[in-house]
Order: sequence, then structure tokens, then C-alpha cells
Amino acid sequence: MSETGIGASVRRKEDRRFLTGNGNYLDDINIEGQTYAYFVRSPHAHAAIKSIDTSKAETSDGVVAVLTGQQLADDGIGGLICGWVIHSKDGEPHKAPAHPALAVDKVRYVGDHVAVVVAESAVQARDAAEKVRVEYDVLPAAAVTSTAADVSAPQVHDDAPRNICYDWEIGDKEATDDAFAKAHHVTRLELLNNRLIPNAMEPRAALAEYNAGDENLTLYTTSQNPHVARLVLSAFNQIAPEHKLRVIAPDVGGGFGSKIFIYAEETVCLWAARKINRPIKWNADRTESFQADAHGRDHVTMAELALDADGKFTGMRVHTVANLGAYLSTFASCVPTYLYATLLAGQYTTPNIYCDVLGVFTNTAPVDAYRGAGRPEATFVVERLVDAAAREMGMDPAEIRRKNMIEIDAYPYQTPVIQQYDCGDYTKALDEALKLFNYAHLEERKEEAKSRGKVRGVGLSSYIEACGIAPSAAVGALGGGVGLWESAQIRFNPTGNVLLLTGSHAHGQGHETTFAQVVSDKLGVPVENVEVIHGDTERVPFGMGTYGSRSIAVGGSAIIKAADKVIEKGRKIAAHTLEASEDDIEFSDGNFMVAGTDKSMNIAEVAFSAYVPHNYPEGLEPGLDETAFYDPLNFSFPAGTHIAEVEIDPETGEIEVVNYTAVDDFGTIINPMIVEGQVHGGIAQGLGQAILEKCVYDDEGQLVTGSYMDYTMPRADNLPDIKLGFSGVPSPLNPLGVKGCGEAGAIASPAALINAIIDALSPLGVTNIDMPANPQKIWQAIQDAAA
Amino acid sequence: MYDFNYQKAASVADASAKIKASDDGMLMAGGMTLIPTLKQRLAQPADVVDLGGITDLVGISVDGDMVTIGAMTSHAVVAASTEVKSKIPALADLADGIGDPQVRNRGTIGGSIANNDPAADYPSACVGLGATIVTDQREIPADDFFVGMFETALEEGEVITAVKFPTPSKAAYMKFPNPASRYAIVGVFVSEGSGGCRVAVTGAGQNGVFRVDEMESALTSNFSAQAVANIVIPEDDLNSDIHASAEYRAHLVTVMAKRAVIKAG
Repeated sequence: MSETGIGASVRRKEDRRFLTGNGNYLDDINIEGQTYAYFVRSPHAHAAIKSIDTSKAETSDGVVAVLTGQQLADDGIGGLICGWVIHSKDGEPHKAPAHPALAVDKVRYVGDHVAVVVAESAVQARDAAEKVRVEYDVLPAAAVTSTAADVSAPQVHDDAPRNICYDWEIGDKEATDDAFAKAHHVTRLELLNNRLIPNAMEPRAALAEYNAGDENLTLYTTSQNPHVARLVLSAFNQIAPEHKLRVIAPDVGGGFGSKIFIYAEETVCLWAARKINRPIKWNADRTESFQADAHGRDHVTMAELALDADGKFTGMRVHTVANLGAYLSTFASCVPTYLYATLLAGQYTTPNIYCDVLGVFTNTAPVDAYRGAGRPEATFVVERLVDAAAREMGMDPAEIRRKNMIEIDAYPYQTPVIQQYDCGDYTKALDEALKLFNYAHLEERKEEAKSRGKVRGVGLSSYIEACGIAPSAAVGALGGGVGLWESAQIRFNPTGNVLLLTGSHAHGQGHETTFAQVVSDKLGVPVENVEVIHGDTERVPFGMGTYGSRSIAVGGSAIIKAADKVIEKGRKIAAHTLEASEDDIEFSDGNFMVAGTDKSMNIAEVAFSAYVPHNYPEGLEPGLDETAFYDPLNFSFPAGTHIAEVEIDPETGEIEVVNYTAVDDFGTIINPMIVEGQVHGGIAQGLGQAILEKCVYDDEGQLVTGSYMDYTMPRADNLPDIKLGFSGVPSPLNPLGVKGCGEAGAIASPAALINAIIDALSPLGVTNIDMPANPQKIWQAIQDAAA
Repeated sequence: MYDFNYQKAASVADASAKIKASDDGMLMAGGMTLIPTLKQRLAQPADVVDLGGITDLVGISVDGDMVTIGAMTSHAVVAASTEVKSKIPALADLADGIGDPQVRNRGTIGGSIANNDPAADYPSACVGLGATIVTDQREIPADDFFVGMFETALEEGEVITAVKFPTPSKAAYMKFPNPASRYAIVGVFVSEGSGGCRVAVTGAGQNGVFRVDEMESALTSNFSAQAVANIVIPEDDLNSDIHASAEYRAHLVTVMAKRAVIKAG
């Protein structure tokens, strides 16, 4: 391994600009003559709009325009779309009610967009927005997930009876029911997967510019996938033809999924910028982020596990109600279905699995993919069930897992729920985690805690996830409206340095370093000579962007494919220059050599020659600039075991996470330091879900947790030191053997932490607890168990 | 933030004159509550009179058994003060646990008690130590000063200048923080002094800080954790929200009181 190649902890190239204040985030970008947008939002969860009076706002200081949904509709701007159609049990496509970017006749959640004010300054826009008079007829709201489909619940959309978007299923119901009928033991749990607000450090923002001369529109936006945004804005919102619209996602301060989607604000800014022929900037404040970023998770689940007398799993049955919010966000529909239930086999050989999911509309903000997207929900179901079953059957939680894990010689392993796992070694990761964690001395630690009046517990979570989303054919077959390949372009300059243009997008992941390492390792170019370019539809080839831990598995594979093309082209140039047969040219460590001779030229010399082709024969093309598109053969399947240890003060319910160990199989690791950072961040988010965070709406649909005064974000002092180990089995299905690492921490940790809490509280009679297991909930659970 | 007229007071008299002259003015001490409130457009004062330039209001002095803290003294200064640490370590400890470093370096004792946030820490120390609030017009016993949620005995235009704390023989503060805001869900300040024992609770009550008579008399006869361990206050007037039910708060009052007594030694 070189000091900068694959496997080296190269310091992040991008950090110099971030740490010295030289990043280029959206609010750093300003265009001469720009105006500012402020959105008038609904204060009600559900109301009919009787009238909108903009006259006072229009005459307010500095106001350029006040625009409403009717004008948007009159201009033929299409509504927001959902790009994945789910089919219900009866074969009917899901209900996707109209989602206008500015509401016309009805508002359906607090924060829903009603009008936009454009003014010379942000403050003037906000002042004027307060003068827009909207007369509402307030309607009862459907705000509760579990009762949204009740006949008595208020209707969010007329065209979605009982608020049902879809009633979907997967797996063999009959065989699963049969397994339960024959079971020796059945474990049942009711599980709530708490609703989360993403809280990226940089709020969403947009800056739209129209050039009346060439009729081109440019959108700067906080996007994880600028090409997808351009495609949707062109093809579905009719903002502009694709070749007349440029989308730039510059430095973006975190996304966690919330910046995948195409939202109302950027759509409206683009439309309005052309209408007023001025640039328009919008930057969400934190309150708007809480109200109107797509939220995450929000499931109510009844889960059952059937076991035989030896503790082998014989069946799993899961019924989930998934809250989709007021409208379908861009990929909302696939998250609680194909990204969730296809992972219910976990790491185990459970032969019969059946799951049905009721997707419901409510008068709350749209819910969509959030770090992990479906897979944390699946892992929580599987790993809570497994843990509860072990406890009920008197088995060690590690043993019951080991007994049911897929054997190493079983790959490729076909699960009963679509997925075919390519490779893995689950018992190895489990054993390594137990060793690293010091599982053996657990009882001593429990005793010591007891002597201080505290209770300790340990929880395991042996998770699996599907990353590297995804083979386009599979996506299409399951109802997805996109292909999920990725692009890469390796452009050598004449002096031998390289621009790597990638369709992936970095918003904290460190691609500028990781991807440069891949190019450096593969082509023998010094890592500092590789510049990674992303996030601009006019600079990089069409790409699908970054989410679902796909960038290295799909985007990285595209880089390898482009590098192979560079080597092929270089071989031709070297053969010509070195007067040898192309078949005799070998490439390694950046050098093209004539086999069996000392004749060689390095790749920089080849690049120079490619751009100064003074004696090229006919048929040898100048230039060294290769583009590749890579469509993955399958998902990748990172997996591993996380172990959490908690200490609880039973008198107050206070909880401290005292130890945390994670052993993950991410396949090949390009940059261990960056991967460790990704795992740390993921665990912090998962810990947030497990013990701190919850988005709360009251029964009227008002957002109770609308600020950091009430929404509990994880802080540094909530986190323990985290011990990490890697137990990689390289994937045979992509050229780097990589699997993806961005979401594992958030996927594995909630179940590990809740299992640890139950372990600590089980002597007090507690068998289940909802997330977030905060002090109040822990104390209440202890009281309820004692009662 | 809406527009307002910013005025910097040169003295307490000047501040008082300026605030009285304004139809709708607000005094600003550290601004730790006022500025976020203004930024969220939840208040629209015509005038904001800044006390930040009045140096007379900053400082700590000790006179016999009385510790006097100027109204514009920051929490960080109180927390680090050798006088406070030696005379009333519980007060320094309380100040050290308010908010975060930014808040502790901007926020002031006068601002905190004038605002009387029902989850603020300082009101419990003022009541728990039997302090006296000094204004430009009079002296107000802490027991009479905190009237209700965000309500005090201050008259229109009256300016707090200092808080006088008698030195207790024992005192301690225990806070159970709100996991999100880290304000007190329940904070209990206990003390034993020449005037007897005091137990003051912040965070829990619907009307802000309150004393627990039953605990005070129990501690007066026996200053020990056991003395308060079985005293549970009624839930009726306690806050209940997504972070803590009234029942949980009532329970925490007992636990925090017990722990404060142990901490007081």
C-alpha cells in the first residue's frame, strides 16, 4: 500500500478550505442585482384557503413581486413529483395526489407553502410576507400515524380514501402463517420508529438566475444530486428545457437525505426569477428547516418472530403503518417498502418472511429518506425481535444470533424478500466485536454499577444494509422511475495532472480525497495531482448523485471503469511511441512498459504526447480524456455487529452510554480515517434516534418540537468513546470490492442501544421501550413495570 | 427582527429615564433571551435600552456575611469568583451550570431574574438563600420578587442594580436538565442558614420558583437526605410537557432535593 493509495488514511484535501472559511456554500454566492424570497407558510395543519390578499404586501418597502399558487398554475408549472410508483396488494398503483409548489385551494401541513414574496432585501421580504392576508377555513387534521387510516380520520386528500397511499406486501404470507402455526415459540413486539428531523448544518437554500439574452436559467442549490434536480425540474415541472437549465450544488453543508429531494422553494425561485427577470435568493431559517425539510422514519409496527425449540428462526411476520406526511416527497414511497422490508432477513436464515406496509397520508411534513432510509427501520425490527426472543427463551443474545446467521459458504444467498446477498462473514464480525468490546467481563461491570445504585446493560445489533443503490433494471422492475448508475470522467491535462469529474456529490463525505486516492492508486498519478470536480451539470457528465451509501460502490466503480479506458488508450499511445505492439505494453504504477525490455514511458508523458500528437498515425486519436458510466450488478451488503453498553440511574431514568463497539464489513476500505469518521457520525445520529430525538406533532398537527429548545439533538457529551474494527469481505460484484459506509452507524446503533437499555431494565421487569428512550420514558417504564 | 430604537444607557438613572420615556421599551442586560426573542419576531419593542455600558452594575463585593453581586455581572464571573466560591460555593456552582460558555459570558444575574424564566437557575438561588433584590428604588425580598411565570415585582421602569445574598452555613444546587434545551426540568436549591433551612424549586412549577415548606421544616429539625426522601410534592401546580410529566417532575423534586442535601454536606 502506498502512503496515498487505497487503504491509506490520507488527510482530507477539502478540509483546508472548510476549516479556513474558504468554503463556497450557497449563502456565500451572490449575484449582482439579486433579490430575496420569503415564503408565506401555513400556520395550520389542514385548512381550505378562502382567499389570499397580497395588496398590502405588494406596496410594502422594497417588494418586487408577490406570487401565489394560482399564478404558478396559470404559467403551467407542474407540481412536485414522486419518482417511484409502489403497487398495492391489489395491483393498483399508489395514490399520488397533486402536490403544487404553492398551495392553491388547501394547505395540508404547518409550513406548507402559500405564497412567495420577492424583495430587495431578505428583511423586506419577510416584513412584506407578514402583510399577506390569507383567509383560512381551518379543518380537522389527521396527525397521528396509527389512526390516520381510521374511517373517522379527517381526509388529507379527496383522491386517497382513508388516507391510504398504498397497502403493499412482500413475501409468502401462506408459508409464513404456516411457520407461525407450527412454531415452538413466538416473540411479539410493538415497535415505534420515531419521527426525526434531519437538521443538516447548512439549511436548504436556492439562488436562481435567469439570462434574458440566451434564456438560460441557472440554479444554485443545496442538492445531493444536481442532475436529478435538473431532470425533474425540466421534465416534470416545465421550468425550462434541460439544455437551458444549469444546476450547481456547490459546497453543501450536510444532507443526510434531506437534500436529495426536489422541493417547492427551488422550483418557485426558478419560475419567479424568469418572471421578474432578476436573480432570487432563498435561504431557509432554522424554523423553516424544522417545518418543511422532509422528515424521516415514523413507523408503527407489529412484529413477530417464530422459533423452533432450538431457537432457530422459522418465520417473521411484520405489519407496518408508515407515515408519508401530507404529500409524497421525491422518493418517499420506496423508503418504507423496497428499502425496508427487503432487509427483514437481516443476517439470518429465516426461511419465511411476510411483511405488509400501509403507507398513510397525514397533515404533517412530507417524510422521505433520512440517513439509512428504510434500513434502520428494518434493523430495528429484526434486532429487537431477536433480542427479545433470546431473552424469552433464556438464550444468550450472541448465541441466538450465531445459531441463525447465514453461513460463509452460502453465498450468493437468496433471501425470501428479493435481496440476494453477495458475500459476508457475519459470525466473524460478531466474534470480533465481542472480543473488542470485552463482553467476557460484562458481569463484573454490572456488579460494580449496582454497588453505586446504577443498572448496566449491554445490547447487540447484528445489522445488514443494502447500499450501492442500485441496478437500474431492478429499480425499474420495482417501480422506480430512474436508473441508478453513476458516471465518471478522467480528464488528463497535457502536463499530466488530472481532473476527475464525478456524478456523485460530496456534502461532507470526503470524496475529494477518497476519489483522488482511487485515481492515484489505479493510474499512478500523485494524489495531489488529482482534482475532483462535482456538483455542476455543465461541468460533469450526467450523474445520479449521492445517497444510500452509493458513492464509492457505484461512483467509485465508474472511476475504475474510466481509468481502465485511460489505460487502454494510454497503451495505444505508448505502443506507438515506444514502437512496440500494443499487446506487449504492460501498465503498472503509472508506467507503460514494453514487456521484457527496459523501454517505458510514464502516464504523464503519455498524456503530454496525447495532446501534442506530432507524429500520430491515422486512427490514433489525440487526447486522454475518458468517460464511463457504471450500472451496478447488485446492491452491496455492508454488515457487522455493534455492541452498546449503557448505565442507567433507576431513580431518575438518566442514561449514559458508557461503551460502544462497532465491527463493520465495508469490503475494501479506501481511506480508513474517513470511514471511521463516517461510522462515528452515523452512530451519533443513531444514538440521537435511540435516546434523544423525536419530532412531535400535537393532535391538531402543530409542530411541538419546532426548535432546539424542544428537539433534542445529540451533543458531544452524549457520546462515549467508540471502538471500531473492520472485518471486510471484499464484494466480488464491483471492481474495488467496496460496499459503502455512510449509513451503517445510523442503521445499527438504535437497536444496539435499545437492547442495552432493555438488558439493564429487565431485572426491573421492563421488556420494551419506545425510542427515544430518554430519562422520562425510562423512569416511566420502571414505574409501569413495578405497578 | 423588527426595527427598534437602540439606546445605550450611561447610568442607572439614565436607563431609568430612557425606559420611562419610552411607550414600549425594554431593558436589555446580556440579551440572552431578548435577542433570540427579537430575532424570532416574537417581540416588537419600540426602544431597547442597553444596560451593557453601566460599569457600576458589574462586580462582586463581600461585606461580613453578605455577598453582593452587581446586576450586570455575568454568570462566568460569578462562577469564577473566589469570593463567591469561598462564601457560597453553591452559587458559583449554579452559575457554572447555566447555559453554555457563550451564555455564561454574556448573560447576567440581573437579566436572568428580571426575565424570571420558570426554568432558569438563578431564581432558585435567590429564593433558596433568602436573597434581597436591590433596585434603583427599593430592596425587595426574593420571596416577594418572583411573582409568576415571567412575572416579577418590578414596577414599570424599575432597574435591578444588585442582588444581596446572605452567606449560608450549607447550601447546594442540583439540576435535572431538559435534554434538549438544558434548562432545568427541575432544579432544587437547598440551604441552611441563620434564618433556617430553605428549599427552592425551579423548572417544575407553573408559576416559576417556589419553596417547599414541608421539606424546609423537615430539614430544620434534621438536615439529612432521609429527612426529605419521602416528601413528595403535589403534582397539581407542576408543569407537564413532552419532556417531563407533572408526576415525573414531582418525583424529581424529591430526588434532586435529596441529592442537594447530600451535596451540601
